[in-house]
Amino acid sequence: MSILLNNSPILILALPLLAAFLIPLISRINKKTVGIFAVFVLLISLVLTILLAVKIISVGPQVYVFGAKSSSLTLPTGLKIPIRIMFQIDAMGIFMGLITAMVSFLGAVYSLAFIRKREGMDKFYSLLLLLTVGMFGMEFTGDLFNLFVFLEIASIASVALIAYRGTDFGEPAEAGFKYMIVSTISALFVLFAIGIFYGEYDLLNIAALANMIKYSQLDKIALALLLSVFAMKSGAVPMHMWTPDAYSEAPAPITMILVAASQASLYALFRIIFSLYNVHMNTLAVGWIIIIFGVLSMFIGVTMAIVQKDIKRLMAYHAVSQTGYMLLGVGVGLAVLSNPIALKDYGITAFEGGIFHIMNHAMYKGLLFLTAGALFFRTGTRNLNKMGGLAHSMKYTTIFFIVGAAAIAGLPPFNGFASKLLIYESVYKFNPLLSIIAMVVSILTLASFVKVFHSAFLGPKLPQFKDVQEVPRSMVFSMAILSCIIIVFGLFPDLIVKNLVHPAVMALVEQVKYTGTVLGGM
Amino acid sequence: MFGLLETGSGFWSAIIWVIVVLIIGSIVVYVRNKGEDSYKKDTEQVKPFISGHPEESKEGSHLSASHIYWGFTEALKGYYKPLIEMHTGNINDFSSWIITVTVIVLIIIGVS
Repeated sequence: MSILLNNSPILILALPLLAAFLIPLISRINKKTVGIFAVFVLLISLVLTILLAVKIISVGPQVYVFGAKSSSLTLPTGLKIPIRIMFQIDAMGIFMGLITAMVSFLGAVYSLAFIRKREGMDKFYSLLLLLTVGMFGMEFTGDLFNLFVFLEIASIASVALIAYRGTDFGEPAEAGFKYMIVSTISALFVLFAIGIFYGEYDLLNIAALANMIKYSQLDKIALALLLSVFAMKSGAVPMHMWTPDAYSEAPAPITMILVAASQASLYALFRIIFSLYNVHMNTLAVGWIIIIFGVLSMFIGVTMAIVQKDIKRLMAYHAVSQTGYMLLGVGVGLAVLSNPIALKDYGITAFEGGIFHIMNHAMYKGLLFLTAGALFFRTGTRNLNKMGGLAHSMKYTTIFFIVGAAAIAGLPPFNGFASKLLIYESVYKFNPLLSIIAMVVSILTLASFVKVFHSAFLGPKLPQFKDVQEVPRSMVFSMAILSCIIIVFGLFPDLIVKNLVHPAVMALVEQVKYTGTVLGGM
Repeated sequence: MFGLLETGSGFWSAIIWVIVVLIIGSIVVYVRNKGEDSYKKDTEQVKPFISGHPEESKEGSHLSASHIYWGFTEALKGYYKPLIEMHTGNINDFSSWIITVTVIVLIIIGVS
């Protein structure tokens, strides 16, 4: 058991990676078992992630050095800098890892019934597992070049999954192509920034770089490139335009995982800003850049959502809007990072709100995309104008939608309310106008989901949907689990904030702990 | 206290909120169950009155998504027109936005 736990950082990735390449072989023997196999592997990853989370919360950050005599030997004998590839998983990394593990597992379970097309099933599950590997890798790595590699793995798998239905329809292929272009641009920018660091410091390890960084003009260029790219990959306005296409055309369970993948990019942004640059940079200026991204995303995202008729495009714009809350909370925390009084007074709370919202958003937006998938599965349309009265025949889906919609709109007692409350109250102390905008956006979010609820679920049973039934059990199972998480997180937010969110926030804020884990002195 | 979230300015307890909602809900249900004396079931009184016009079929009267918030979007036409035009769906425009924003961020970070 201890061997399993000690090697869990690599096993969490290695198992899905190995499974991804085994699936085409298994498919040759029995096509129907590939889905079950993927679910089983992702379940093991989930269990290992939970065990690792317990260890990190109770013991502290974990490092896993590849190729060393001991997996915790960060500095080779006689050297003062790390030269080996390593995973460095602190409370923030495992916080994101938990999201990835849960969302990937539930996405695979949902896919068992949702992906009925037998042709290409092996490719679908292989890509799903590779996407999961990419996300885990981005969240666990302590090395900038490996961050780039895992970003690429996630991006390439995402492109293929977005275009998965492309053989039957034109739009998914187009959406996949668009995502490929923006991913390529982002990859080039990231590679260029890494080149700057390597040329300047001969280092790629984030902790070692953080210890050496001088915040020169070159470092500023690298920061600007990384900030823009990861903001774009997380769907920040005005670089959000790929999200409606990608989120709406991908199969519903993949859309749910893509939301978590966007959040992995958000994590990369935070990791670069806090663990690499921290107070070396002008935190007020960079904080305000992130706040402006946040406000634009919140407002433009929600107002664009209101006018949508395609249920998944509408939800995609809401995903942009909700990312704005995360950026706002963390942006305010960053803006006051160099001011210990303000940081203690409201900065940490703003951080907590932003980081807690990442997990909440992954759960309720995942649930909402799954309900949209359930509607598409039974009605064959995403057009809200063509839907109506589905609450009569899809009772479970209706309940799950209500839970998800109430959570995203920030209605108590659901989880969205708890994180939004932390953001409202802390941001108000920084700048009341920002807090008011956030509240108005919540009201508009509620209005938008009232529209969806009325259009799709309320009204008389329409003749064209008289034979519609509830979705299969595997789809109901995934939605039910997410609903339960939303309710439990909403009822007991203090437990999540105290045990998961606060340690994650402190892991970001306290740069010395991050560097000390690798370079010693901790 | 269990379930108590400190917000920096106060606290939030979903448990207390649920208890309060249950109490208020119980009072509402109690008042409702006491009934309304003037209500007479299955009479003309309970039929909808649409200015004397006959009631449309239930299936034909479902309000579709495009009609909801029509007034809101119409009133904000000036805001929505450029915003929607900005979302061209053209990959060249996506790339332009990324480059433009990167340049702006570069200038801000460079001079700060």
